Amino acid sequence: MSSIKDQVRQYIVDNFIMGSDEQPFSDADSLLELHIVDSTGFLELIVFIEDTFGIQVADEDMVPENLDGLNAIEAYVNRKKAA
Amino acid sequence: MSMLLHHFFDQTAARLPDKTALICGEQRHSYAQLRDQVEQLALALQRRGIQRGDRVALFLDNTVEMVVGIFAALKAGAVFMPINPLTKQDKLAYLLNDARASALLTQTSLAPCYQAALALNESVHTVLVVGLSEALDERTQPFTGLSADDDAPWQEPALIDQDLASIIYTSGSTGDPKGVMLSHLNMVSATRSVSTYLGLVENDVILCALPLAFDYGLYQVLMAFAVGATVVLERSFTFPVKMLEVMARERVTVFPGVPTMFTMLMNLKSLDQHGLTGLRMITNTAAALPEERIRQLRNLFPQALLFSMYGLTECKRVTYLPPDQLDIRPTSVGRGMPNEEVWLVDEDGQRLPHGCAGELVIRGSNVMRGYWEKPLETAKRLKPGPLPGEMVLYSGDLFRTDAEGYLYFVSRKDDIIKSRGEKVSPREVENALYAHEGVYEAAVVGVPDELLGQAVKAFVVLKAGITLSERDVIKHCLSRLESFMAPKHVEFVESLPTTDTGKIKKTGLN
Repeated sequence: MSSIKDQVRQYIVDNFIMGSDEQPFSDADSLLELHIVDSTGFLELIVFIEDTFGIQVADEDMVPENLDGLNAIEAYVNRKKAA
Repeated sequence: MSMLLHHFFDQTAARLPDKTALICGEQRHSYAQLRDQVEQLALALQRRGIQRGDRVALFLDNTVEMVVGIFAALKAGAVFMPINPLTKQDKLAYLLNDARASALLTQTSLAPCYQAALALNESVHTVLVVGLSEALDERTQPFTGLSADDDAPWQEPALIDQDLASIIYTSGSTGDPKGVMLSHLNMVSATRSVSTYLGLVENDVILCALPLAFDYGLYQVLMAFAVGATVVLERSFTFPVKMLEVMARERVTVFPGVPTMFTMLMNLKSLDQHGLTGLRMITNTAAALPEERIRQLRNLFPQALLFSMYGLTECKRVTYLPPDQLDIRPTSVGRGMPNEEVWLVDEDGQRLPHGCAGELVIRGSNVMRGYWEKPLETAKRLKPGPLPGEMVLYSGDLFRTDAEGYLYFVSRKDDIIKSRGEKVSPREVENALYAHEGVYEAAVVGVPDELLGQAVKAFVVLKAGITLSERDVIKHCLSRLESFMAPKHVEFVESLPTTDTGKIKKTGLN
């Protein structure tokens, strides 16, 4: 099974990155600052994370520190799963 | 006396130099600090040949540089052109070409987009980029880089209030965005009228999470700087909990929003835990708030005045409902703002009495000078008014009035969709769909959506032998359109209904 980062990256590439002007992004990049995911996109991304990793993203967890970037998402999902 | 739009800022910076004008994340900027940055950038623009009337495009996130860019362009006598940072390369190229922009102020994170657009443009001779540490070429320079070997002195441009201050592009039913030309007089008048009826004061702290490319966002800064208030500028409303934290920390007193933002807030379970007792005013525009949402907002923030408003880029604001009328007529958008006259007309342009329905017409110093180089489109909107030589604005929106003249929105005369508070031209989305080689026919409509107000829905007929998924179509659109324009739903159909003349008929599609 692929890592959390791989799965999220694949979802973002499939859904938000557009064919020709594909812009590589690193695990540490802010998805918001690079305009890869916008505000409605984040709502879709959160649904994907909840469904894929079987966690509930609480209101207070919906902050950039938990969600804005692959490293942040992986750390957050691992914390939630361990809890 | 403030004759020109940037005079408000100059006067406030002279009066309150040490006051915090702008808070962006961790950064706090006083009026004097901002003024210094504005003067430096204005000088840089002038030395690079920007003259009175030249168009300066601002393709930037909500940042201090965006604010500095606006006032520096004005100070240099130029016309600022704010562009939503969600804009894709082809449209950006269209906007730069259509306006024949001379300069582009942008940021490194948008490089793939602006570089592709500049490859299709010949008018832009100066590109100043936030985040660039050294010049890429003669044209492309760091944002703050004043050339050391140029010591030409500042020359104040000879502006009057009839000169253009801004061109703001808006979606049109033809599919091509139109540049709304706004003079200094237009924008000074709108700034005065709106800040007067809202009662903005010097010790207000205004949260602006609306893009500054959207006039409602832009005016938060213009009005705040006119009265000497503080703006908390946020890049977006993506993380509502973070917004609430910021609002509590900075003791925000004024919160302007669009219905999608208020819905996101109401969906939070933890909403009442935030200390927002300082909030004294909430304003809504772009689309009407449902009555239920008005009730929720008032329950949650009983100390805050709630203003329901209606506006058009073509004249900034049209109407507002005084908060004391909210219980009496909750679904009304109110009446004309100070120093502006509005009325309804029938199909023949005859003024209608109270209690009728018709097209809303606006008269005032805030009415635009027309659409940039689009005389036919302009003639549909600007028509002769009561005085010789005067033009009034035909809004294209149908309203009804009650017996006392308060206005209620009925519908648009064209088929523009309002999604997430943004205007979406079905034609523009259809053009993007037709650009896909597998699409045979397409029709785009708005459908009701709890969060977005209206969601964009596409009906697509594929060419024979082609298979596409809904996601394929959405991704294709995302590569060409701002994300709020891309369809949320795609339905594949065998054929589309047509009229007798063979045109696609949209009635019944939903």
